[in-house]
Amino acid sequence: MKTRKTAILTSAIALTAVITISCKDGNKKESAMPMSNEMHQEDVNESDTSMDATQGMEAKEIVNGYLSLKEALVADDSDRAAEAGGKLVTAFENFDLSGYSDSEQKELKDIIENGSEQAEHISDSPMKHQREHFKTLSKDITDMVAITGTDKKLYEQFCPMYDGGSAWLSASNEVRNPYYGSEMLTCGKVQREIN
Amino acid sequence: MKVLKSIGWILLIAFVVIQFIPTKRNQSDSVSKADFLMVNTVPSSVRQTLQVSCYNCHSNNTDYPWYNKVQPAAWYLEHHIKEAKSELNFNEWADYSNRRKKSKLRSIINQIEDDQMPLDSYTLIHRDAILSEKNKMALIGYMTALRDSLK
Repeated sequence: MKTRKTAILTSAIALTAVITISCKDGNKKESAMPMSNEMHQEDVNESDTSMDATQGMEAKEIVNGYLSLKEALVADDSDRAAEAGGKLVTAFENFDLSGYSDSEQKELKDIIENGSEQAEHISDSPMKHQREHFKTLSKDITDMVAITGTDKKLYEQFCPMYDGGSAWLSASNEVRNPYYGSEMLTCGKVQREIN
Repeated sequence: MKVLKSIGWILLIAFVVIQFIPTKRNQSDSVSKADFLMVNTVPSSVRQTLQVSCYNCHSNNTDYPWYNKVQPAAWYLEHHIKEAKSELNFNEWADYSNRRKKSKLRSIINQIEDDQMPLDSYTLIHRDAILSEKNKMALIGYMTALRDSLK
């Protein structure tokens, strides 16, 4: 009996040691670079050879990623939102700044840095946090679109109740609230149309 | 019994060996010009709170506890501090873009409101780092005003 007790204790200690050590390694974030490079390549090939078309594609990828994230939050689907957040990080990484003026590049760099940090948090946080970061991200995307333009019409919508008033972008003028989801699905109004 | 004994020995030896693996200490002699407390006019009560409850991990200077001399505790701390600084380093405040500052301030406010910072694992040892309601109000008030002052 005593032997058994000692055995359990010993293995518990060993396990703790192993976990502590492996935790350290496990937390190193894997780089998503190889994959993003591939995707980037694809985009370039798909689009026309002109510079403008490429730019449009990259901004479009970010806007589309943002919109599917918004849909996931509207649907109260935290897992899908996390997945969309991860894709958005990649889309931000793919953004090619060349072709924009110096001041635009500076602004876009700030937007990408901040936006991708928000997207990263969204990819590994519970719903409440995802929504907090979505608010910051929405501002980033809105400012980005002001520089890059958008091929599809977007609607800036606004909910006065969430966190002292919060805006988001939607591809439809129908209000579907990503900050509250089913709790208050239609709270908000269209504030502005962006072409 | 013989097997157990040898496992015990192996663990003991492993424990001793890992004590010799060095960790990078988070300490710097120079005072950063970009530091949050240098570039902002921070009231002394808020300054005090930030230094006691936040700066140990969110800056380039850590006042290490005794158990940092023992592995694997030192690894655990090193990892936490590295992650904390990549999220927010008060010593680099002035280098952040206004956009980033605003989003950091928003996160600071949210984390304090939700009692997510300082971490429980930190306040477990550092009892003085626990934020009182008064501390929280002062911090949130200051950070909100700072956020609103940024363009």
